[in-house]
Amino acid sequence: MSELIIKNLQVSVDTEAGSKEILKGVDLTIRSGETHAIMGPNGSGKSTLAYSIAGHPKYTITGGTVTLDGADVLEMSVDERAKAGLFLAMQYPVEVPGVSVSNFLRTAVTAIRGEAPKLRTWVGEVKEAMASLNMDTAFSERNVNEGFSGGEKKRHEILQMELLKPKIAILDETDSGLDVDALRIVSEGVNRVKSNSDLGVMLITHYTRILRYIKPDFVHVFANGKIVEEGGPELADKLEEQGYAAYITA
Amino acid sequence: MSLLTTNYLTPTGREEPWRFTPLKRISGLHEIEKNVPGDITFAVSQNLVTGVTFKNVAASELPPSYTSTDLISNRVRSSVGEVSSLNIDKDIELAQPIILQRNCSGSPQFSRLVIEIGTNSKATVIIENTGKAIIGEEIEIVVSAGAKLNFVTLQEWEPSAIHLGQHHALIAKDGEFNSYVITVGGSVVRLNPTVDFTGQGSSADLSGLYFATSGQHLEHRIHVDHNIANAKSRVNYKGALSGQDARTVWIGDVFIHKGADGTDTYELNRNLLLTDGARADSVPNLEIETGEIVGAGHASTTGRFDDEQLFYLQSRGIPADIARRLVIRGFFAEIVTKLKNEAIEERIMDRIDAELAKVGE
Repeated sequence: MSELIIKNLQVSVDTEAGSKEILKGVDLTIRSGETHAIMGPNGSGKSTLAYSIAGHPKYTITGGTVTLDGADVLEMSVDERAKAGLFLAMQYPVEVPGVSVSNFLRTAVTAIRGEAPKLRTWVGEVKEAMASLNMDTAFSERNVNEGFSGGEKKRHEILQMELLKPKIAILDETDSGLDVDALRIVSEGVNRVKSNSDLGVMLITHYTRILRYIKPDFVHVFANGKIVEEGGPELADKLEEQGYAAYITA
Repeated sequence: MSLLTTNYLTPTGREEPWRFTPLKRISGLHEIEKNVPGDITFAVSQNLVTGVTFKNVAASELPPSYTSTDLISNRVRSSVGEVSSLNIDKDIELAQPIILQRNCSGSPQFSRLVIEIGTNSKATVIIENTGKAIIGEEIEIVVSAGAKLNFVTLQEWEPSAIHLGQHHALIAKDGEFNSYVITVGGSVVRLNPTVDFTGQGSSADLSGLYFATSGQHLEHRIHVDHNIANAKSRVNYKGALSGQDARTVWIGDVFIHKGADGTDTYELNRNLLLTDGARADSVPNLEIETGEIVGAGHASTTGRFDDEQLFYLQSRGIPADIARRLVIRGFFAEIVTKLKNEAIEERIMDRIDAELAKVGE
C-alpha cells in the first residue's frame, strides 16, 4: 500500500517578467489502486503539478510538501523519484537521437531494479508488453521517440510504465492527439497495469473522453492553480455537460 | 620541390586559413625559416596480403599528383627525402582493414604518405595516431576508377601532441571514397580533408567526430572541389566540447565550378557545448557557378546540451551521469556506427566516456 500525499503545494516558474506563481496550494492524496482524474481548462496548472512532482528543474517549489510513503519527494533528484516509485507519462515525450528504445528500456529497468535484468526473461518481457500494446518488435531498434507518431509516443510511455512498475503513475494528457483506436489500446494498457500491480494513478486530462476507458474513483476540478471542486465519477459527467466555464473566474 | 615553399611567407594569423589556429602553440611547424626533418613515421604491423605493398620510396619517384595551396603540405613536400607508399593493386577486395601505425619522436617532423587503390578494388585503410608527436603531414589518396576506399584516421594523441595535416583525395570515374576523421586527442590538431573529383560518377562521403576538452584546439577544414560533372559529396562532422577553453573549428568549403552539372552535395556540422567556457566555430561555405545541379545544401548547428533529454531519461530512473553518457553516445552514434567496425567503435566510445567522466569532476 503506497500513498502520495501532496500538501499545500505552491510552485512558480521564472518568466521574463519575473517569477510567476502557477500552483497556489494543491492538496491531494493518491493511494495504491486509486484512480484520480484531474480535470481542468488549459493553463490551469495541471501539467505544472505533474512536472513538479517529477522534479523538472524549470519549476521552483515555493511552499508545501510532497511525500511518497513518508519520504520527502521534493528532496529527491529526478532519478531518485523514479526509483522511489513515481512515474510520469509525458504529454510531449522527448526525442533522444541515437539511443535505441531497447537500450533505453534496459538502462532504465536496470536503474530502477538495481540490477540488470536477465537477458532471456527480459527479451520475453519486453516482447509481451509490446505485443499487448500493438507495437511491432522492430520498434525497439528505433531511436527513442524520434519520428514516432503521436500514438506511438503514448504507447511507448505506457510500455515504460508497464516495465518500470511504479507505485504511483501520473499520466499527463495521455489522451491528447490519439485517435479512438490508439486511445483504446493505451487505456487498456493502463488498466492492465492497474489490475496487475495495484497502481495508483493521477490521470490529467482536459476531456472526459478517456474516462470512458479508464474509470476514475475520484474527479478533481483544477482551475487557476488549485483544486476547486472534488467528487466521484458523476462530476466528470457534469463537466461533460457544462464545461469549465463555471470555474473560470475573470 | 623546394621551389614552392619560397612562395610562402610565415603566416601571422591574419590570413584566412590561419585565423583560428593558435600559431604560438604549433612549435614553429608553420615557420618557413625553420628546418623540420622529413621522416618516415608509418609502420605496418600486420602481414599484407598479395597485391598490397607498403614501402618507402625516394620522394622523386612519387611526386605529388596535385597542386596544393596549403602551406604545411608544401613545407612537407620540400623537406621529405622519402615518401611512404601504400599500394593496393587493381581488382582485389580486402576483407581485413590495413592498419598504419604512427611512430613519432616527439620533436618536430614532417611526413608524407601516398595511398593508391587500383581500379575496381575495395579496401579499408586505418591510420592510428597515438603517443606524443609534433608533426606536419600530407596524405595523398588516389582512388582509381570504380575503386572503393574507406579511409579512417584516428587522432588518439597524448595531450601534448601537435598535428597539422592535409589529407587530399583524388577520386576517378565511379570511384567511392568514404573518410572518417576521428579526433579526440592532442593539444592542437588542424586537419584539412580535401577532395578533387577526376572522373564522373565519383563520390565522397566525409564523416568526422571530434571531442575537445579543456585547452584542446581541434580544427577541421574541409574543402570539396566539384570541378567535374555528376559527382556526389556528403559531409557530416559532429563535435562535442567541454571545459574551459575547449576550442573547435569546422570549415566546410564546397565549390561547384562551371561545368560541374549534375553535382549533388550536402554538408552538415553539429556541435554540442557541454559546459561554459568552450567555443565552437562552424563556417559552412558553398559557392555555385552552375545552376544545373541535383542538389546543394548545408547546415550548421551549435547548441547546448538538451536538458529536456536529460530530464526525460532521469525521470525513468537513469542517474544523471549515465543519462549524459547515453545522450552523447547517441549524438555520435550516427558517425561511429557507419564505420561498421565494432572494435574501433567501442574504443572511440570508451574514450569519449573517459573524457565525459572528466567533465563531472
